[in-house]
Amino acid sequence: MAVQVEFLKSIPYFSGLSDSEIDSVRRYIFEKKAERGEILSFEDEPAGVLYFVVAGAVKVFKTSADGKEQIFSIIRPGESFNDVAVLSGGVSLVSAEAMGAVTLNAIKKNDLEVVLREHPQVALNVIQVLSRRVQELVSLVEDFSFRHVTGRVAKMLLEYAGDGVGERPRLTQQEMAAMIGTAREMVGRSLKSLEAEGTIRMERNRIIITDQKGLREMAGVA
Amino acid sequence: MGDMPIIDREKCQGCGLCVSVCACGALGIVENTVKAVEVDECRWCTLCELVCPYGAITCPFEIIIENGQGSA
Repeated sequence: MAVQVEFLKSIPYFSGLSDSEIDSVRRYIFEKKAERGEILSFEDEPAGVLYFVVAGAVKVFKTSADGKEQIFSIIRPGESFNDVAVLSGGVSLVSAEAMGAVTLNAIKKNDLEVVLREHPQVALNVIQVLSRRVQELVSLVEDFSFRHVTGRVAKMLLEYAGDGVGERPRLTQQEMAAMIGTAREMVGRSLKSLEAEGTIRMERNRIIITDQKGLREMAGVA
Repeated sequence: MGDMPIIDREKCQGCGLCVSVCACGALGIVENTVKAVEVDECRWCTLCELVCPYGAITCPFEIIIENGQGSA
């Protein structure tokens, strides 16, 4: 499928460009398809291509030395990834993986530089995109006191389960996050950590508290 | 029948993003909205909830205490 003009007009990088400018930019853009699980960029490797998601979703993440994955963001249709690495000329600070079948539009680093010189509006748009990216990262850093979050999740589980008698509404991870003032992703990591400690067991859509005493210790309550 | 992700038909725009990330084929587009088509296949990974731009699909958890385990 050819690179679609209407799609290019809709993405923030090319906002405000005229039809002729879009046509001029389009010759540098190429399409790429990927299947679920395909790694589109690798952490610590040079990034030569900037991607825009046309269809599907891409996960941007970092992996720690002990194999823990931290999702930074989910890139949905109309959004871009690899921006910082391509524009800085350095290596990718994160990895990107297709979450299902995805269709991407892409532009090589050298071609992006030509577009930026030929179309100053694109450079202004890039500044806006990167500014929003910085705001999102600052918000994520605010949530990154990981140990504190695990303790708060443990306390929340104990309080919500109560004495185990009576029915309570089920909670989504987003609702749990809102209850303790953190990001949904941190709740997911905390639940995995608590399960690894043996204080809870995850069975499909049930969180089963298996060690109340241990969970109280994690929560820092008597 | 097992529990299935909860789909809010008013919020669902039929974009299909959740279907594209579902690794077990549990979701499908039927008449322009998402439906859980293969409930038994769903492993409750919650990726569908994570990717939905509209908050239209949720995967709530039941929180319970296992009987006779741990000490009160």
